[in-house]
Amino acid sequence: MIELVHLDKTFQTADGAVEALRDISLTIEDGDIFGIIGMSGAGKSTLVRCINMLERPTGGTVIVGGDDMTKLSPAALREKRRSITMIFQQFNLLMQRTCLKNVCFPMELDGKSKKDAKKKARELLDLVGLPDKALAYPAQLSGGQQQRVAIARALATNPEVLLCDEATSALDPNTTHAILELIRDINKKLGITVVVITHQMSVVEEICSHVAILDEGRVVEQGDVAQVFAHPQSDAAKKLVFPNGEETVLPPQENQARLRIGFNGSATADKPLIATMAAEHGILANILGASTRAFHEQAFGEMLIGVPAAQKEEALAFLRSVPGITVEEVPEDA
Amino acid sequence: MLDRLFTPETLQEAWMVLKTQIPLAIWETVYVTVLSTAFAIVLGLPLGVLLVAGEKNGVLPLPKGLMHVLNVVINLLRSVPFLILMIMVFPLTRLIVGTTVGTVASIVPLVIAAFPFVARLVESSLREVNPNIIEAAQSMGASPMQIICKVMIPESVPSLISNATIAITTILGYSAMSGIIGGGGLGKIAINYGYYRYKFLVMLIAVILLIVLVQIFQSVGTRIAVRSDKRLK
Repeated sequence: MIELVHLDKTFQTADGAVEALRDISLTIEDGDIFGIIGMSGAGKSTLVRCINMLERPTGGTVIVGGDDMTKLSPAALREKRRSITMIFQQFNLLMQRTCLKNVCFPMELDGKSKKDAKKKARELLDLVGLPDKALAYPAQLSGGQQQRVAIARALATNPEVLLCDEATSALDPNTTHAILELIRDINKKLGITVVVITHQMSVVEEICSHVAILDEGRVVEQGDVAQVFAHPQSDAAKKLVFPNGEETVLPPQENQARLRIGFNGSATADKPLIATMAAEHGILANILGASTRAFHEQAFGEMLIGVPAAQKEEALAFLRSVPGITVEEVPEDA
Repeated sequence: MLDRLFTPETLQEAWMVLKTQIPLAIWETVYVTVLSTAFAIVLGLPLGVLLVAGEKNGVLPLPKGLMHVLNVVINLLRSVPFLILMIMVFPLTRLIVGTTVGTVASIVPLVIAAFPFVARLVESSLREVNPNIIEAAQSMGASPMQIICKVMIPESVPSLISNATIAITTILGYSAMSGIIGGGGLGKIAINYGYYRYKFLVMLIAVILLIVLVQIFQSVGTRIAVRSDKRLK
């Protein structure tokens, strides 16, 4: 378990103090994939670096697996870091070493014998799908391949926690998807707790089960991904969930009632809602605006529809009978 | 001028020098240069590492005062003209070698003049190492010494080799000057024949040989540096 308790980080710069993190408290359960999302400059990278003490917090505590990271001696901290490994946006491989030797590197630091290290490194390169690149140098690989090597390297010391700092931000969408799948696989197979730092919603949607939204150094929202994304409360969260702004609404027409439908995780593949309403009840709805997203094959979000005023009650009755959605009438002047 | 340069007598004399003295002079130049460079690296490499690692945000921060002293000493040594430095270090040369004249004695001032220069070259090479890679090593629990020996130095090998090439060619140039204090080599021949006895042809030959040596060191060094760089493939 990772616990951040009232974490503060202030940087002293020439222009005065900059508060990068303010009173952050988070709990990340073992085996979870936890997303920390925010715009650039929100403090995400500083936050993740406070977990392994690459940045020393100016206040608060960080507890990883029962150890208070802020109180460890330098030697104990180095030892502890072997169980909290990290991958980076720019991969940060050693450019003058082969992939195999890159994966061996953390084991070398740990004093493992060369033979054992090489054996384990080959297994790990197999695991990340690059068994044939052992003797290639990083410069000969694509970005996605380099990140795979970095992941193999991060796993070399059998960590309990994997920190991913914008690990897919330098990759194209297909490669991103493949890397995220690999991370999820590793999380499932090895039970490693994964902390994902990103500015991309799609990354959180794809692999995280819990999320914290960071804005100007504060956690503005946190919880289950589905919960947070279905009903974003804070401005920062809304901006992330609906990057193009909230729905644009057509002006109300005469004899039209407007209904707001909320999707709280209903199965999208189940039944076409609007079409069913038209086919079975003869209610011709007009979609005035929608902002829905699908996570894990469930729909979240809102939709605003217009129905003929005369059929309003019938429409309400039908919609209320559908499980997993909420419906409310929008007053004329809203 | 040219007709006086190539008279039968001068050609005859130059041929004699070429046969009897030049081979030894080349050997002396190469041996003094290589040995001095080697000693300069032995002193300059750790110093250069300290200059980078010992900084406030380095991997092994050292007291500010010590860093200041290091920088001042290096700058001081680098600002003394080599000709003066050679004479100033006479006591040290006598202490180490037992004499202040001769080929071996010329190695001492060469090393003293070159190691601060090498330290600065090492410093600039190490600063080229991507700080993110160092951070990655720290995140894996590398100790400061491990970061220096396993990350900073190996990652900057190509740059270190190019800079070593710069150092060796510069030291070669200095070594020619040490002819003045009786150091052997091509420099001595150039000074003795060309400057003291107006035998310009011999001087010319010695200078051309120095140029050839610099060319050889430079192209070999560049080739090794490029070959060693795994980022270029």
